[in-house]
Amino acid sequence: MDSATPAPPPAGAIDCDVHINLPSTRVLLPHFDPYWREHITRRGLERESLDTTSFPANAPINGRPDWRPDNAPPGSLLPALQSHILDHFQLRHAIGNVLNGAQVIFSEDLSAAYCRAINNWLQKEWLDRDPRLRASIVVPVHSAELAAEEIHRMAGDTRFVQVLMLSMAELPLGRRQTWPIYKAATEYDLPIGIHAGSSYRHPPSAGGWGSYYLEDYVSHAQGFAASMNSLVAEGVFQKFPTLKVVLMESGVSWLPAALWRLDKTWRGVRAETPWLEVLPTEIVRQHIRLTLQPFDAPPTEPQLITLLEQLGSDELLLFSTDYPHWHFDGDEALPAGLPDALRQKICIDNPLATYPRLRT
Amino acid sequence: MPRHVVARVDEIPAGTCKIVTVRGREIGIFNVKDSFYGLINRCPHQGAPLCEGAIVSRLVSSLPGEYGLSRPGEMIRCPWHCWEFDITTGKSLCDPNSMQARMFNVEVEPGKDLVEGPFVAEAVEVSVEDRYVVVTM
Repeated sequence: MDSATPAPPPAGAIDCDVHINLPSTRVLLPHFDPYWREHITRRGLERESLDTTSFPANAPINGRPDWRPDNAPPGSLLPALQSHILDHFQLRHAIGNVLNGAQVIFSEDLSAAYCRAINNWLQKEWLDRDPRLRASIVVPVHSAELAAEEIHRMAGDTRFVQVLMLSMAELPLGRRQTWPIYKAATEYDLPIGIHAGSSYRHPPSAGGWGSYYLEDYVSHAQGFAASMNSLVAEGVFQKFPTLKVVLMESGVSWLPAALWRLDKTWRGVRAETPWLEVLPTEIVRQHIRLTLQPFDAPPTEPQLITLLEQLGSDELLLFSTDYPHWHFDGDEALPAGLPDALRQKICIDNPLATYPRLRT
Repeated sequence: MPRHVVARVDEIPAGTCKIVTVRGREIGIFNVKDSFYGLINRCPHQGAPLCEGAIVSRLVSSLPGEYGLSRPGEMIRCPWHCWEFDITTGKSLCDPNSMQARMFNVEVEPGKDLVEGPFVAEAVEVSVEDRYVVVTM
């Protein structure tokens, strides 16, 4: 394979960010317990979509034209997902992430009820129907206590391989109120997958509310940088030394510059956070991974090689199609210019190293 | 190497630093609990007058939320970018293996020995009753 051309992944690749979308809220009804089913139907909530503002289904970027079913939201049909990526790319596994407003609604109990229903639905309608599928546990991200309960409830099913959170929540993700989630996750060796997304308690841009989707979408990189800074500064990786965090749909090219700045500033203010004994870059390289798409590569291949050198490790990137989002056409899931050995690491070795449950 | 008498011991009380000039070089002489150390007055980062910074402790923590103060008075914090250096080794805390301040050999000698042996004491009058800080360079 000529590395100068974009390429499909090698057979047996592990797709670490695939979106499974609810065809409607109504499909969840059989998966609620009786109390919450009645609560939902009394309020008519099953007729409401809880699609997240971060990923409007009709925006072109959120559904590749040839991956859009005729009469259903993109990413909502198992046969389509099977033919579009599982069979097409001969994937060994794909990790499904449900992004839904259920994770962030204000009522913690209702949020938890929805998340339980979504996880039950994932088991029955997706995981039971294709042995290649894996999934992230959906949790009420604003209630660490209830989120931890849901992790304990679902962790026995080893097809759930990580815990799903969003890059922009009510609080920076390193804050101690959130630690019960990390404690529960590390008890089962589950990585925390932080997906691009906001609960919109704050503007996605640190400078305020933007006018256009362009601003919203690219502002995710700021949100990820803030989450990374918070996790590092608050000492989450000292408290939970086995914790792995996967940034999903984060883009990649922002990372080297963010780390240079983090390292440089840390040298002068390290006394504030005495638990940080080594450069933040070293902590990030040990604990944080990033999925590949959308790969915001620089314009030329020499610049791409420079970016890969600046990342400083060939263990950071995990293959993803970000299905059904539209970041590449045809089979060109791997960007041009990746060295062959790195393709193998990204598609197979790094995902296996990151997700213990994929190794058994 | 020549030995230079740079100060009377009682000019540098414990916990303080005196900056002296030896052969055109500024050196900070630190008294850490009555042990004396000499550091070049030039930060290896960007050349700041390192020894004019604050003398501080080493703040340590085994876990977030746990705070310990160790080695009080054994660190110097550069006045420009606040990088910390170990006064007793010259090593920076942020990058101890490659970012180090130059150290000089410093000893305390009684005046009665100094008036006999060869030494340079341009700026210090030596008397047999006092004790002196001597830099070798």
